[in-house]
Parts: sequence; structure tokens; C-alpha cells
Amino acid sequence: MTTVATTPATMAQALTRALRDAMAEDPSVHVLGEDVGTLGGVFRITDGLAQEFGEDRCTDTPLAEAGILGTAVGMAMYGLRPVVEMQFDAFAYPAFEQLVSHVARMRNRTRGRMPLPLTIRVPYGGGIGGVEHHSDSSEAYYMATPGLHVVTPATVPDAYGLLRAAIASDDPVVLLEPKRLYWSKDSWDPEEPASVEPIGRAVVRRSGRSATLITYGPSVPVCLEAAEAARAEGWDLEVVDLRSLVPFDDETVCASVRRTGRAVVVHESGGFGGPGGEIAARVTERCFHHLEAPVLRVAGFDLPYPPPMLERHHLPGVDRILDAVGRLQWEAEN
Amino acid sequence: MTVMEQRGAYQPTPPPAWQPRTDPAPLLPDAEPYRVLGTEEADRADPELLRRLYAELVRGRRYNAQATALTKQGRLAVYPSSTGQEACEVAAALVLQEQDWLFPSYRDTLAVVARGVDPVQALTLLRGDWHTGYDPYEHRVAPLSTPLATQLPHAVGLAHAARLKGDDVVALAMVGDGGTSEGDFHEALNFAAVWRAPVVFFVQNNGFAISVPLAKQTAAPSLAHKAVGYGMPGRLVDGNDAAAVHEVLADAVRHARGGGGPTLVEAITYRVEAHTNADDATRYRGDAEVEAWKKHDPVVLLEQELTRRGLLDDDCVAAARQDAETMAADLRERMNQDPALDPMDLFAHVYAEPTPQLLEQREQLRAELAAEAGAEPEERQR
Repeated sequence: MTTVATTPATMAQALTRALRDAMAEDPSVHVLGEDVGTLGGVFRITDGLAQEFGEDRCTDTPLAEAGILGTAVGMAMYGLRPVVEMQFDAFAYPAFEQLVSHVARMRNRTRGRMPLPLTIRVPYGGGIGGVEHHSDSSEAYYMATPGLHVVTPATVPDAYGLLRAAIASDDPVVLLEPKRLYWSKDSWDPEEPASVEPIGRAVVRRSGRSATLITYGPSVPVCLEAAEAARAEGWDLEVVDLRSLVPFDDETVCASVRRTGRAVVVHESGGFGGPGGEIAARVTERCFHHLEAPVLRVAGFDLPYPPPMLERHHLPGVDRILDAVGRLQWEAEN
Repeated sequence: MTVMEQRGAYQPTPPPAWQPRTDPAPLLPDAEPYRVLGTEEADRADPELLRRLYAELVRGRRYNAQATALTKQGRLAVYPSSTGQEACEVAAALVLQEQDWLFPSYRDTLAVVARGVDPVQALTLLRGDWHTGYDPYEHRVAPLSTPLATQLPHAVGLAHAARLKGDDVVALAMVGDGGTSEGDFHEALNFAAVWRAPVVFFVQNNGFAISVPLAKQTAAPSLAHKAVGYGMPGRLVDGNDAAAVHEVLADAVRHARGGGGPTLVEAITYRVEAHTNADDATRYRGDAEVEAWKKHDPVVLLEQELTRRGLLDDDCVAAARQDAETMAADLRERMNQDPALDPMDLFAHVYAEPTPQLLEQREQLRAELAAEAGAEPEERQR
């Protein structure tokens, strides 16, 4: 019997397999959230788990995000490893008090005696035509809360690897799932062993010499597309996929920027007070003498997430990224 | 076919039958708070239990006084006194078995101490030392929660997890009257009832949420009535009657342990002192009200009962007071020692493994401390 190593799989399938593998390996892993049981989640990420592991392991909860996360805290206190689903980015906001007042700081406030190994899955970002409150990019809120790990995959193998790493972590991890990549396919064989890398490492998705695009999650494919398009302009762009926003991989990012001398940070969430400001500052502080132009940001506009019929104007696309790269060259030449 | 003809063809049927999910009557609290002391019930109360409650009440009263004194000496940043509410505090700790869990809020230091936590460790949060001085697993006491009602869903999750594992564990979660207005109160009770989690929700209704009286807090007939909406029993008890509080909580714990699910217990009590030492209670309540409640004092109530039944003589009273004095002296002495904090511990417990960013910041602080230490002799020479 031969295995076809190039069976295409979607990110959604990889996430489902990560949950199933983790639950099969460790009976303390429990999945809970609204609609995660019988329905398999509105995105079907938890499909089949309740049937396979029982409703005690994959539990449909009452519709209450603070309750979901708050009870998960208690479950983690008792030695379980809960994985909660927040269904949609903006639906997680009622759970923020639990997140910032308890989840993020329980280890700290008990001097390490009560760590909380729990995973918070948050489908996030736009581009799927979602109505209001279904397309937010909330990563800056999570990043600003010490005690949380914040990770976000851009590829099918990373979706598997990061979710497994999140569940294995002894600390709370917010896993931001770019929902418009749920159905993106990759030549990842769901039957083959998959790698689980430690949280906190960025990866160079494409090597280049002209400038570095620093990005993550849903903007990674956009940046790769921009890098391909940039070849026509004679620009050879490097694309760094952060994968982990907290901890931040200064090493990989700065090594790239020192090679290229120019950097653009690309993300969907608003620029003001957004992750790009932090990243640009870090790069500037560490690579100033290697920089030939200011670090630029290409972000969503600073507005509440727009209605779907207008979202294409809001989301950073290839043209906007290339414009920024063009400005980098201009800054360098003048 | 015309529209009228279509309408004529429609055959309305009655809606599917509706049945209430639960009979609300058995869930309703009694009209009057349950009392034992001063009633016929008192004769049935276990003498050993009453004496134990009494000793703990006297200790608790002394602990509150000592902690309040420590705020005046600047040894505690703040102390929310539970004077007048000692019966609730002590009963909450005493109804639990060793394997059970207590989820206290910030005013519940006495319950934490009565559960066995070191009196000094129970105060580190309020001293401004480490947030939680004790190991939550040692006595199965969750950290004192400052945000209101947010510890209630933790209690539900823990009790639920224990039951899933087949362990015999009940969680008792404490909250004040103000906390019952918070969303987490609602979500916790709802989850607990749906999951039939072995939890007891214990509301100490002490009349005020800082300055806001109960009348401005809720329009419910009582806080115990809220239980009915979740499908769990609500119980009302005189919170200054230690025997009654113990009995009602013990019933609720037994009910939970037996698989009966959660109970909401409301104890009617009163906060005799201000919210904390930083509060001026005279701005929102009159002396007459406070005096009336002082006459319904939990320590005196129990003392009278024990005396009436011949269970308490002067020697017993003196022994209880001496024990409380010893505890207070020890607390005073140890609290008057300056805690030795290591600034490097700032970075020790943020994550299991410090992030590269925290490692950098740790080195920065280490350098600052070294510079400070190095600068000292020079400073002295000047």
C-alpha cells in the first residue's frame, strides 16, 4: 500500500486533526464551546470529536463566552487541558475580563503554583464576506496582555503544528485562526506524521534581497503574491511569516532586515496602536544602522471593520504592498 | 389561485405543547431567612459543632480587629473587614471536606484562614506583597478574587472537571450582594445548573456594594430568588446565625455531593465596618441601622445559645479569647517584619519559560540592581 504524499488538505482539516490527535493522546484534553459538539462547530473544525470522544470531552456549552472561558479556567485548575472555541473574533470580547484578569495572570499571581494550560481558538480576520462583528482582527488586544502566548498560522502544516504546540503548552495560548485560509489547500498529507515546533519561531517563507515583508496569518499569502508581482519591478522581496506574535522572534526578523536593509510590516488590523507599530519599533531599535529607509506599515484602515461590500478596499492587498515597497526605494534613493 | 383562496387553504394547527422544564415551587426560598439560634431548632444542634463554631467566631472577630489595626500602622495597604459577617466566613470553611474547594472573594480572608491557610499568607494580597501568598493546592483554596464574581465560573469548571474524573469534590464559591449583578454571576449559575455541577454559590448579602444599598442593586424579591430562573434551589438564611448558616450550607454541600447539582444560598448579614479602611460609611448609612445590626451580633448570638444550654462556662470563653489573642499576637509580630522580596522574581512566573523579551528585561533589571548596589558606598561617602 502506498501513501500519496501530496494529498491536498485544508487548514480546517489540519486543525481538526490536531484536535483529534491531541485528544487521542491525552485524555485531559477537553474541547468546549458553543456549537462544537453535534454541529462540529460553525466552521466544522470540531467535526466528529463529540461522536468520537463523547460529549464530556467535546462539550456544547451554553451561549456565553465569559462562562466558556471562566469554566475552562476551573477545569485547567483541576488538571485538564481545555481547548475553547470563541466561534468568531468579535464574539470573544465578553470573555475579555476572564482573559485579562485571570487567564493571563493566574500563573503570575500564584507565583507559578497554578499554571493554566488552556488554548483559546479564535477564528479571526476578514475576507469571507462576514457581516458586522464577524471579521475583526483583535491581535493587538491579546498581544498587549502579558501572560498570553499569541500565535497564528498561515499554512496548513503550521495550523496543525501550532495548535498541537498550543495544547501542549503549560501556559495559555491564544490561537488566532485566519478564517479566510480555512479552506486554502496544501500538499499536506493528513495521514503522515506532522511536525510540532516550539512556539516563538518565525520562518522565512520566501528569500529575497531588496526588502523584507514582515507579516503573519491571513496576510502571508497576500505578501507572497506581492513578492511574485514585485519581480516585474526588479524587486526581490523576502517574506517573513511571524507565526508567533508573543513571544516575538526578533532574531529571525532582524536577521532578515539586516540582510535586506528595508522592511514593510503587513497586517489586516488597524495600523494605529496595532501590531505593526510594535514590530516597526523593535526593528528600528535593533537594526537602525542597517536600515536604508524607514520601516513602513501596510495595515487595515483605522476604522471599525467595514461592511463586506467594502472590505476589499480596507484589506491590505498586493497593490498597496507594492506601493509601500516603491516608497521604500524612493526613501532609499533620495 | 387568489391570495384569499390560498389563505383559506391554510389550516392553522395549535402550537406544539409547552411544559415547564422544572416545577419552580420546590426551588423557591422560604419567606423568612432560616434561623436556629433562639428557636426550638437550637436544641437539636450538635454541641461540639456549636463550640467549634464559637471558637472560630472569636478568632475571626479578633483577626478582623488585628488586620484593621495593621492598616492603621501601614502594614496592610487595605483591609476589607468582615466584622459582623464572621458566621458566614467560618461556616463556609467548616462545611467543606478536605478534598473540597473554596473560591473566596477579597472580603473572605477569614474563610481562607478558617480553612487552614496561614494567617500571614492569607494577607499578602492586601499587604501589597505577592498577589497570592498561599499555594492554592495545599488547602484547596483558590486565590482571593478582586474582580467581582469572576471566580464563580472557575468554581463551576473545577467542580465539573472533578466530577468528570470521578472525584468526590464540591466547590463552594463566595460572592457579595453587589457581585450578583455581574454577568459572570449569571453565566456561572447557568453553566452550573445545566451541567448539574457540584457547586454551592454562597452570597453574603451584607447590605451594601461599597455604598450602593441592595434596593439599588436588584429588584428581585431576594437574591436567593434568582436561583429559580436557573433551575436550582434558592435558600435564605440568617447570616449572623452561625448554626443556621452551617446547617444550610451543609445541606447544600450534601445535595451537591450526592449529584443533586448546585444551590444558591443567600445569607442576610451586615457589614458593621466600612467597605475598607479607605471608605467613609457615614456618607451612605445612619448610626441607628448599624447599631441595630450590632445587637444582632453573630458572636453574642452563639454565646447566648451556648450559655443557655450550659455548653459554655467562663473558662471556655477565656480559653477561646486566649487562643484568639495568641493568634493575633503571632499575626502582629510576623506582619511587622518587613517582607524580603527579590525583584528578580518579577520575571519568574509570567510564563513557564520566560520569553526572549522578558530575558532581556530581566538582564536590564539585574544591571540596574547591580548599579544601585555599586553606587551605595559612593553615595554614603558623599
